[in-house]
Amino acid sequence: MSDENTEYDPHSGVETTGHSWDGIKELNNPLPRWWLIVWYATIFWAVIYMILMPAWPALPGLGGTNTPGLLGKSDRAEVTKEVSAMRTERGVASQKLMSASLVEIQNDLNLQQFAMAMGESAFGDNCATCHGSGGRGAKGYPMLADDVWLWDGTLDGIEQTIRHGIRHDSDDLTRMSAMPAFGRDNLLTSTQIDDLVQHVLSFSDRQSNADSAARGSVLFASQCVSCHGADAKGSRLVGAPNLTDAEWLFGGEPADIRATVTNARNAHMPAWQGRLDDPTVKALAVYVHSLGGGE
Amino acid sequence: MAGSIAGVATLVGIACLGSLLIAANAIDPMMEAHAWIFFFLTAFALLSIGIWAGGLTGRNPFDESFYEDTIVKFGVAAAMFWGIAGFLVGVIIALQLTWPNIFYFPDLGWTNFGRLRPLHTSAVIFAFGGNVLIATSFYVVQRTSRTRIAGGLWPWFVFWGYNLFIVIAGTGYLMGVTQSKEYAEPEWYADLWLTIVWVAYLLVFLGTLWKRKEPHIYVANWFYLSFIVTIAMLHIVNNLSIPVNLSGSKSYQLFSGVQDALTQWWYGHNAVGFFLTTGFLAIMYYFIPKRAQRPVYSYRLSIVHFWSLIFIYIWAGPHHLHYTALPQWAQTLGMTFSIMLWMPSWGGMINGVMTLSGAWDKLRTDPVVRMMVVSLAFYGMSTFEGPLMSVRAVNALSHYTEWGIAHVHSGSLGWVGFISFGALYCLTQWLWKRPALYSKSLVEWHFWLATIGIVFYIVALYFAGIIEGLMWRAYNEYGFLEYSFIETVDAKHINYMIRTVGGGLYLTGALIMAYNLVRTALGHGEAADVAVTEPNRTPALQPAE
Repeated sequence: MSDENTEYDPHSGVETTGHSWDGIKELNNPLPRWWLIVWYATIFWAVIYMILMPAWPALPGLGGTNTPGLLGKSDRAEVTKEVSAMRTERGVASQKLMSASLVEIQNDLNLQQFAMAMGESAFGDNCATCHGSGGRGAKGYPMLADDVWLWDGTLDGIEQTIRHGIRHDSDDLTRMSAMPAFGRDNLLTSTQIDDLVQHVLSFSDRQSNADSAARGSVLFASQCVSCHGADAKGSRLVGAPNLTDAEWLFGGEPADIRATVTNARNAHMPAWQGRLDDPTVKALAVYVHSLGGGE
Repeated sequence: MAGSIAGVATLVGIACLGSLLIAANAIDPMMEAHAWIFFFLTAFALLSIGIWAGGLTGRNPFDESFYEDTIVKFGVAAAMFWGIAGFLVGVIIALQLTWPNIFYFPDLGWTNFGRLRPLHTSAVIFAFGGNVLIATSFYVVQRTSRTRIAGGLWPWFVFWGYNLFIVIAGTGYLMGVTQSKEYAEPEWYADLWLTIVWVAYLLVFLGTLWKRKEPHIYVANWFYLSFIVTIAMLHIVNNLSIPVNLSGSKSYQLFSGVQDALTQWWYGHNAVGFFLTTGFLAIMYYFIPKRAQRPVYSYRLSIVHFWSLIFIYIWAGPHHLHYTALPQWAQTLGMTFSIMLWMPSWGGMINGVMTLSGAWDKLRTDPVVRMMVVSLAFYGMSTFEGPLMSVRAVNALSHYTEWGIAHVHSGSLGWVGFISFGALYCLTQWLWKRPALYSKSLVEWHFWLATIGIVFYIVALYFAGIIEGLMWRAYNEYGFLEYSFIETVDAKHINYMIRTVGGGLYLTGALIMAYNLVRTALGHGEAADVAVTEPNRTPALQPAE
């Protein structure tokens, strides 16, 4: 920048700094006034905020970990307060829910709405991942919105399933049963499994090879009836599905049934006790019970 | 100058032998793959140096009376290549988010969103952005210092070494090598290599400034220098970790818990500040006045906003950790410094846009100038939005939502992308000494496709972000959450589709640009229909006025 050769930009008439880099010059315009004013305003605001709120780490020897701010605000204190207020607010209704029977809940509109709100919210974030929104189910994950139940469709039964899970090894009270993997463990030959599949198809009046199905019925009587029953309508004691209806958790096509008989399914559901608190489990049971098939 | 050839060859030779040693003893397959990649590429580099140096026969390859432009040409090509790769991966992951089943291969783990997402972010930020920064900084510092770049072969080491880092980082993401730090995923050995490259970059840049033939250092070079110095500091501190085994890819961070989180976001936010802001402001400070042929609006403003920007930016990181285990006082500082950062950020926008005064007609006649000015508009928007989102009450709604994604893409597609495209158009025309670009109308197509693409992208995600933010905080009358998470995901499905279309338009624009640049470099196309002067017709260094 040379003082003796002050140069002016011909277009704007503004003084340049008198230097050029690769042909680029710089004008010496002042800082825009509005820019400066807004900047000062933000600095002013920031300083006020720092005075009012916790802002600076304290110097050693001054006590405390940071400047507390004139307003004495604290996120942690506020969260603690809000959580305890929420607990108090829900406490009464939760207590009532825990001790109420199905009939009592159905007769107390307020309690029922409370349970449904709690259950729906918990279902969305914990159950819908597998069972789908509104309990519509998916392959391998039972639909909860119908009246077909593998284990138990009563309020208490649903609560027990949620609390202890299905085939959840670390829970002693979990619902437990195990279908053998007839093919994988060489309990039946491949031809025998074919026969069995033909027989199972005949339960739901589907086309099957009569000779094969007849051979399969002998096998069914010796291998399957203990759980699925002589009428093949299943048993809730062991979570054995009804084989005569149109509901197939893992698919009802011959290939699906063959895969089930060969490898067994034995699906798992985690135990939610300990992960969800007691009122939430109860509310979930009420919610699932209400979806369409509660008994 | 032969010293620099020997120096580079020695360093690359050590790296080559070291990687062979690690390849032989690697304890995991990822490390083995990386060591072999490293070995073959460094061996190839050594061979190339040897053949090239052997053919010199007394000729000085580093003639001080010429600018080193070949390396900048390589940088332009690398930037264009990585840019398209990065945008393409971006479109793919946008499709994955929209229709999770259409690009899902359970047996090909590397196609998973979790692998491709960091590949996208690093490809666009570090591969595309990094190559643009290295290429433009080498171009700009030589011309504004009126001297050849310092260090002989070392600038070449910087360029190829940096791109070797990109290859290691990119293949690492696909193989699942990560230290799980956003924008700093590469593991310890890649970090060490980048540190060496970056120190070489700093020394090359400083050396060039040191031997400059101009009395003052041009403003663009302050910005480049702040970018190089600060990235070195951020990179080293955030990557302090201890390898489990020198022949293994895994390492553990030195910090833990909230201290690790704060270090990470001190890094993450200042990567935005010093990589994506000051680095690209440097580009703006050279290419806008050069292309528009107007003086920079205000020298004073450039000084004040430079120093205030770099002083304040470095404090703002804690605003990424509002309402977390980070102590509230640190959140206060992050937020208040972000607010104070607003005007220093805007100083660059004012200086860039006002530089056009006296040449406003170029917005109409030269789409490259228009692209760079629109980039400043996006810069202004996102540097206003940043402080706004740092306010805790706003952040409570915006954090973790698509709003954040919209914000960073307004900044990256709009600001970083457009200023880079502008610089690449200029550089291709100037380096290959063409009177004009191959096709001005293709630049128009690029400009409009990309602009409409950005608008689709950000508007869709602003809506998605606010919708999901409101859904997340909705309670029913009994105080339970109104919506499950999956319902909030479902609510933004259409927005995801629009976002994908926007990204696709942006990618299309970039492909058109690449075609245009290649044809320009090949010397095709009509003569100039705009009077664009070519600033460096003569290879010899020109004295300043």
